[in-house]
Amino acid sequence: MIRLEGINKTFRVARRKSGFGRAVRALLSREHETIHALRDVSFTIEDGEMVGYIGPNGAGKSTTIKIMCGILTPDSGKCEINGRTPWRERIAHVRDIGVVFGQRSQLWWDVPVWDSFDLIRDIYKVDAREYKRNLDELVTLLDLAEILKTPTRNLSLGQRMRCELAASLLHNPKILFLDEPTIGLDAVSKLAVRQFIKKLNAEQGVTIILTTHDMQDIEALTQRILLIGKGRILLDGSLEELKKSSSQRKTIVFEYTGKDPALCEGMTSVEGREGRLVVSLEPSICSVSEAIAYISAQVEVIDISVSGISAEEMVAGLYREYHI
Amino acid sequence: MKKYLAIFRIRFINSLQYRAAALAGMATQFAWGFMEILAFLAFYKADPAAFPMEFSQTVSYIWMQQAFLALFMVWFFEAEIFNAITSGGIAYELARPVDLYWRWFSQSVANRLAKTVLRCLPIFIVAMLVPGPFRMSLPATHGQFLLFLVSAAFSLGVVVSFSMLIYISTFYTLSSTGVRIISAVLADFLAGAIIPLPFFPQPFRAIAEMLPFAAMQNMPLRIYSGNITGINAFRGIGLQVFWLIALILIGRYMINDALRKVVVQGG
Repeated sequence: MIRLEGINKTFRVARRKSGFGRAVRALLSREHETIHALRDVSFTIEDGEMVGYIGPNGAGKSTTIKIMCGILTPDSGKCEINGRTPWRERIAHVRDIGVVFGQRSQLWWDVPVWDSFDLIRDIYKVDAREYKRNLDELVTLLDLAEILKTPTRNLSLGQRMRCELAASLLHNPKILFLDEPTIGLDAVSKLAVRQFIKKLNAEQGVTIILTTHDMQDIEALTQRILLIGKGRILLDGSLEELKKSSSQRKTIVFEYTGKDPALCEGMTSVEGREGRLVVSLEPSICSVSEAIAYISAQVEVIDISVSGISAEEMVAGLYREYHI
Repeated sequence: MKKYLAIFRIRFINSLQYRAAALAGMATQFAWGFMEILAFLAFYKADPAAFPMEFSQTVSYIWMQQAFLALFMVWFFEAEIFNAITSGGIAYELARPVDLYWRWFSQSVANRLAKTVLRCLPIFIVAMLVPGPFRMSLPATHGQFLLFLVSAAFSLGVVVSFSMLIYISTFYTLSSTGVRIISAVLADFLAGAIIPLPFFPQPFRAIAEMLPFAAMQNMPLRIYSGNITGINAFRGIGLQVFWLIALILIGRYMINDALRKVVVQGG
């Protein structure tokens, strides 16, 4: 179980405006500014949960992950993960967790991936038989057989990310932190990575905390979302709940032949051109079936599609709502 | 312990890959070695009486220094460690159940050993075959050679534990260039990498021989060449042990302090 209570973290950053004169002056006296990376962050995550941790750049996602990994020490607050405080008992704590930082690599650049895996085995003291079993399984699931003999520098980003995932799981961690695991991946690799993460959570009960900017990741993977902005936790709930609370509006796309139809109350036209109409609908005023009936009474409808708000729009809406 | 050996192993095989760099390095070291010996020969011919080491000792000193360059020179830093600190790659290293100090220590030792293994043999062979006054001589006794090996091991330890202080200082300064250059130049000079310590004037020499830098290449090279023998060799190794322990203690104190205040760079 992961429990954070009132975590605060500040950084001191040297700041100055651009320009040569100011740069010279900064040699003598520097202006520092205190950045509040995290303010009073609290949440609890149960074993076996899969949580999406979202927020715009600079909101404090990575800082939180680093505190939970024992890498950073917060200024104040409590954090307990499986009964330990990460930064006080770092070495004991990190034995039970796996981490993937999407923007960095944990593999040795100039040697085959295999050698990096062997190093991880020795560092975590993974039992030889267990290691072989884990490795075989990961090789099949992530399709690594061909890649393992290649030096890391020759791998494509998608191949490398699959290896990074495998590398962070060789020691059977109970908790897996994924910091932007799909960043820069193509569609096929993204799907493979998502599928794998989903399976890992469902079959082995690994607790997964995932940060991402890719809303499809969130939609495909997580039941629960934590939204952070400017260092504060703003929302904590399921994706469905959030969608409901943010907006009920539906979008309906009509393709038709005939003259432009008139709209009834509750509908607003988003896009309209010859033969195609996109309507944003407020269902409390005019229901979907009423809207369809109203339009089809006026024109010959060829095709209709109805969709709710997308996760992308919802998050953008939330960012706007909280001014972050 | 096993995990640090594993780190040693992967760094070692990683470093063994750079063959072209080793060839280039060897060429430089031959040229440098010959030049240095020629310069000393000119001084020696001018006035053999004013020469504080025997000429054959100086020649052995220089060849051994060139063969073991990667082992003893402070400026053979691990670029990877500097990068890990300044770009934030250290996040991964801290997410592992290892002590960062010993991890970097084993990594540095492995890198230096691997580079030395690649370079030293051809240099030995040539240094043994060149004619007359340029030829490297073997140590007078087995005991002397044994003392050389012990002293060389401690010397490597002192060099690495000293470089650790430079790595760790990067946590505070973020740009390592300044500290790196100053420390490398200072260490080179005071360790006898440019001219051996016996050539220093008194009382400067007496002070230099007490410093941690004297516990670097100065000691094994002078033991090998026969400039330091008997009880003085044991006293010299004692000095090396003292500085090794002192530097490790300072380094451990520094890294613990740095990690408490650590800022992982770059998001």
